[in-house]
Amino acid sequence: MTPALLPAADTPTINEAATAFMLVAASMVLLMTPGLALFYGGMTRAKSVLNMIMMSFGALGVVGVIYILWGYSMSFGNLQDGGSDLAGIIANPFHLFGLSGIFEDGATRLIDPFGVKVFIPESIYVGFQLTFAVITVALISGAVADRVKFSTWLVFAGIWATVVYFPIAHMVWGGGLLSGSENGLSAKLFGATDGVANVLPIDFAGGTVVHINAGIAGLVLALVVGKRLGFGTTAMRPQNVPIVMLGAGLLWFGWFGFNAGSELAADGLASTVWLNTTAATCAAMLGWLLVEKIRDGHATSIGAASGVVAGLVAITPACGALSPVGSLILGAVAGGLAALAVGLKYRLGYDDSLDVVGVHLVAGLWGTVGAGLLSTSTGLFYGGGPRQLVVQVVIAVASLLVSGILTLVIGLALKATMGWRVSEDVESDGIDQSEHGESAYELSGFAGGRFGTGSAVSTHSARPAKTTEGASA
Amino acid sequence: MKLVTAIIKPHQLDEVKEALESYGISGMTVSEASGYGRQRGHSEVYRGAEYQVDFVPKVRLEVLVDDMDAGSVADVILKAAQTGRIGDGKIWTVPVDDVIRVRTGEHGTDAL
Repeated sequence: MTPALLPAADTPTINEAATAFMLVAASMVLLMTPGLALFYGGMTRAKSVLNMIMMSFGALGVVGVIYILWGYSMSFGNLQDGGSDLAGIIANPFHLFGLSGIFEDGATRLIDPFGVKVFIPESIYVGFQLTFAVITVALISGAVADRVKFSTWLVFAGIWATVVYFPIAHMVWGGGLLSGSENGLSAKLFGATDGVANVLPIDFAGGTVVHINAGIAGLVLALVVGKRLGFGTTAMRPQNVPIVMLGAGLLWFGWFGFNAGSELAADGLASTVWLNTTAATCAAMLGWLLVEKIRDGHATSIGAASGVVAGLVAITPACGALSPVGSLILGAVAGGLAALAVGLKYRLGYDDSLDVVGVHLVAGLWGTVGAGLLSTSTGLFYGGGPRQLVVQVVIAVASLLVSGILTLVIGLALKATMGWRVSEDVESDGIDQSEHGESAYELSGFAGGRFGTGSAVSTHSARPAKTTEGASA
Repeated sequence: MKLVTAIIKPHQLDEVKEALESYGISGMTVSEASGYGRQRGHSEVYRGAEYQVDFVPKVRLEVLVDDMDAGSVADVILKAAQTGRIGDGKIWTVPVDDVIRVRTGEHGTDAL
């Protein structure tokens, strides 16, 4: 649903049901990033699981901070009075810099982004949007697992969010180029009535902004960074399949906040969205397993977890526009398509380590375009004609191009300056020890060694007097 | 004295241990091991990519025995570990020069 650019008219009154709902929804979306960390972490090799998890947590830190400083202002600073918009691409990053502007008389402003007289505090709207920015960046990390300097990743996270995510979020949800505003691409194609495009682009919760965006960024980054040592020749088995399943479960749970929360109100549509989200996800899991059973002979656990995520991705843009049966169809196709797409990297020779492309890009494209087929009001299969489908293809391709080109520029710039790769020795020994000074598992108890030469340990007090002083020098 | 070493299937361990106990063996050492023989490994598929797993999980069981018990102990292990299917493992016996019980310092058969 595209927010209308309405200032808060009349005398706004807080909608407490919607506010309570948004507090819960934002918290659930936040939990998706640690869930993603487990989903990805379980699929890496044991020597690099901590680095994989830290890429997600690092995104939480960096993107969370810059979202407060300028992210919200760049994406949505134009929604309330006084904010300006630059050519439908970004809002003014300085208008609400540091967010002091969302407080009036010491209290948060109320905001009604859809212009439907459901007012919620702007603070929780910021919080909700912050969690989306974080997980979108974290999603990309799966494409470059096991081989990237942590410092370069953190810098990338900040630059990519600023240069790619905030503008695309503004374009789609902040009344910019890919929205249904009269200045958007859809209005230019099919005209507008009373300042609103005749054909409203469908991206309910982020098929373009989150999944196509992160998916194409993952592909570009995998190409810029290059393959892992031994890609395609040595076995890189997932180190812990149960935590992959746990991660998928947390993602599914959090995704209700993501999709239903995007309604910004605890109402009938939010409830339908919950149901459609589940319908598509269940069908996608079966779709993936069916492809696996036919192609590989077994229905696998990682296949089930991946099918779940593919279904959630596909239904994300479409969840507000489909019927439950339409959602089943969209999901089943998404699961099957993604299961076929994960093999592409071996044929085409790019090392998208954890299948960000196969899962997020392919299912995200399908969900966005599929909404043009299956929307009950405007979809091609429901007699709505081809115009919705055209608009859906346009916003999908526009996101692909914007994100793909800008990610390429950022990726190459970082390659030329900080460098992306850890050394080959570090990569083959395991990135956890060199980048983080830790190892994920200590199962034997045989590691040997003894406590205490680190800076946090006082060499005079923490150790028994009998310990040889000379040994630590 | 002899050291009897057996590489067996992990799920046969309990049966072997009980058989050794009823024969009268009072101690043994067990460790996790990986390997392959004629059985070879197996393949696993993750997201469509097939991996050949060459080393399959096994248990290594070691028992120190008096010379005259060595043959019977190997037999006891053989009977308990055998399933008749491929991958049942191997048993071998080697001579041992000396054995020392750490607690008391006893040597030789006294330390068994």
